[in-house]
Amino acid sequence: MVGVMSNLRQQGLMSDAISHAALPGVILAFLLTGEKQLAVLIIGAGISGLIAAFFIYGIEQSTRIKRDAAMGIILSVFFGGGIMLLSIANRTGGGSQSGLDSFIFGQAASMVRSDTYVMGGLALLVMVLVFLFYKQWKVVLFDPQHANMMGIHAHLFSSLYTFLLVLVIVIGIQAVGVILMAALLIIPALSARYWTHSLFFLFLLSGFFGGFAGGVGTLISSSESNLPTGPFIVVTSSSLFLISMIFGVKKGLIPIKRLSRGTTVLSERTSGGEGK
Amino acid sequence: MSYTAWILITGSLVGISCGLVGVLLILRKMAMMADAISHTVLLGIVSAYLISSSLDGGSMLIGAMLAGLLTAWLVQWFESTGIHSDAAIGVVFTTLFAIGVILISTSVGNVHLDVNHALMGEISFIPWNTVDVPIAGSIPQATLLLMIITLLVIVVIALFYKEWKVTTFDPALAASLGIPVLLMHYVFMTLVSVTTVAAFDAVGAIMVVAMLITPAAAANLWTDKLITMFILSAAFGAFASCVGYGLAIWLDTSISGSMAFATGILFAISYLFGPKHGQLSKWFYKPGEI
Amino acid sequence: MTALTVKNLSSAYQKKIVLDSLTFSIEEGTLTGVVGPNGAGKSTMIKAILGLQPKMTGSIEFFNGKLKKLTNHLGYVPQRGAVDWDFPTNVLDVVTMGLYGQIGWFQYPGKKHRQLAFEALEKVNMAEYANRQISQLSGGQQQRVFLARALVQDADLYFMDEPFAGVDAKTEKTIIAVLKELKSKGKTVLVVHHDLQTVPAYFDHVLLLNKQLIAYGPTNETFTKSFLKKTYGGEIHWMGSDQFVESL
Repeated sequence: MVGVMSNLRQQGLMSDAISHAALPGVILAFLLTGEKQLAVLIIGAGISGLIAAFFIYGIEQSTRIKRDAAMGIILSVFFGGGIMLLSIANRTGGGSQSGLDSFIFGQAASMVRSDTYVMGGLALLVMVLVFLFYKQWKVVLFDPQHANMMGIHAHLFSSLYTFLLVLVIVIGIQAVGVILMAALLIIPALSARYWTHSLFFLFLLSGFFGGFAGGVGTLISSSESNLPTGPFIVVTSSSLFLISMIFGVKKGLIPIKRLSRGTTVLSERTSGGEGK
Repeated sequence: MSYTAWILITGSLVGISCGLVGVLLILRKMAMMADAISHTVLLGIVSAYLISSSLDGGSMLIGAMLAGLLTAWLVQWFESTGIHSDAAIGVVFTTLFAIGVILISTSVGNVHLDVNHALMGEISFIPWNTVDVPIAGSIPQATLLLMIITLLVIVVIALFYKEWKVTTFDPALAASLGIPVLLMHYVFMTLVSVTTVAAFDAVGAIMVVAMLITPAAAANLWTDKLITMFILSAAFGAFASCVGYGLAIWLDTSISGSMAFATGILFAISYLFGPKHGQLSKWFYKPGEI
Repeated sequence: MTALTVKNLSSAYQKKIVLDSLTFSIEEGTLTGVVGPNGAGKSTMIKAILGLQPKMTGSIEFFNGKLKKLTNHLGYVPQRGAVDWDFPTNVLDVVTMGLYGQIGWFQYPGKKHRQLAFEALEKVNMAEYANRQISQLSGGQQQRVFLARALVQDADLYFMDEPFAGVDAKTEKTIIAVLKELKSKGKTVLVVHHDLQTVPAYFDHVLLLNKQLIAYGPTNETFTKSFLKKTYGGEIHWMGSDQFVESL
């Protein structure tokens, strides 16, 4: 299973929109080529995901419509289109057997060995990109304007970021499905936040949480036949999140409660903790 | 009445009720909340089914309402602990939805509920499942439910029109005027959940999002008046359902998918040709001239 | 009579103390400038007093607790950025919102209310914009719309959050005129203010705030070099007669 896919953070629900929007691409790729070749489907998903991301930014910038509404529009309309195409694909035959349905909920068990290689390769690419430009990411994520002044092209990096996001999503889609993909991007990163303040460890931990949830979730779902993989992965990662939230060293609820008895301690803690 | 007529009526009712609620959703910048609720409602329906072991409208509505409120409350609670609202929504709805799917696939199994149905809806079955109503005669059950909900939505919005307006535009002022902002928020969330459930059967959870957000966003590009926006949005919603149905028949494909797609076309048209904020009108008038 | 009594008010934002046990009371009919550095909790204080922001400790009393129903007696002018100016509505409508508290549930604003709103717009020189879409207003015009809305509320105690921030000269004059009018009617006004130089000219009382209450009192007694130094911590350059420049 792909582990380190949830490293990219912020912009939470964007991932939800893109993963829904990837569906028509998957189906269209299938309809055009007529076979279920994971690489082809991923390219299709990638293209429609990128188009969706582009549209969302476009709508947000050129009209009075806010980003959340733009995401909602693109998400549902693309998904609607995907469903339209899906039922056409199912009708024209071969579609239902090819397991295109599993893209909606995810069925890791239905994957073949070659699929895992493709996914593994892409996951590696993501990791390399993240750690290669670690320094730049840090600046760009924290303060885009400052990054521009330092000569880092924030614009280039936000494009690269979108590209990575789409890439990660299309990798994960088959395992957990279109709908729950967002969970894997948001939850582990959020859980990691409770344990560390360092970006580096954040990447590591979040990747670890994601991988762990993926592994345990798949294990549970394969223990009995006919259990969908995606939901179990999500529930596992949410349990991790709850644990992190309650016991997390840095921002968890319990450590804070212990400290907040005295106001002085509390203000000291916050001033030292986050720096602003 | 004929089969097609019922489908068109049902679709239009979905369009109208969602269109109205949608206006408030996007003005309150809670569009993604609709996405969340449309997913978590599944958990509500499944739980209601497990408890009452029936699939009648009443228990489904209550279950969905509770699930909607639970979502709203959880999101707010997570936000209050300092999590960004985007992330809070993401955590809450994916988790609840996942639990819902697991419940379906383990315990409820092959009974009437099936995930695909809930997500994609199947409007084409609606006319077969009728109930008898005193005056009107035999009406499809889902359509009746939708009629009631649409009426409810119209009444609630009209009665508290000025309260909705002020809590949406400036919650702080509303609070200082003594309007219970938080209560209004939860009433609104309830409204969203009930509308979602009612529309569920017809277009499915994800299409509800399309119906909620897209017509309202399109209407936002045509007008600067709140009341006009409500009317336009409802009209767009109804119109898109009919167009979507036609499209589905023509292409012989999923009806709900086509309806969602039709709202997209409508939005694209508004985006290009909207008189005030459309892209083309921006070419004709320079900014400031309008 | 005291218009506002605040006792031991504390508030925190995400576990960070923003207000630390404030205690003061404000006399009716005064015009108070609330002054302090960025992040001193000025806006938070107003929101906590109005109940828009949860407070950790403290009690708040308006007009010695004599008013049973407060809602129509408090007016609030938020910062301009607090609302979405793309909202589909026009100027007159926004001003009419100030009356919603008096209109009551289930009822719609009528001709009488619109007339009141229009009169308030005249007072801030915005009558000609009554039917203008709010997204088409300049910053100063937006501020005057908010001001008209506060006027129409006809409250007894007003809270204004940085009304002078980033407005044109015309708007500034209008605001001052409105403040004077409110004062002459015996209203009480609290204004969050940023520009130290204009404080003595605009306000008769000053409240210096930096998480804790530094000082409160008549401007000539409170707006002094030593108190300001205490408020801003660092350097305040005394610029001759009664001018100050804030430097970091």
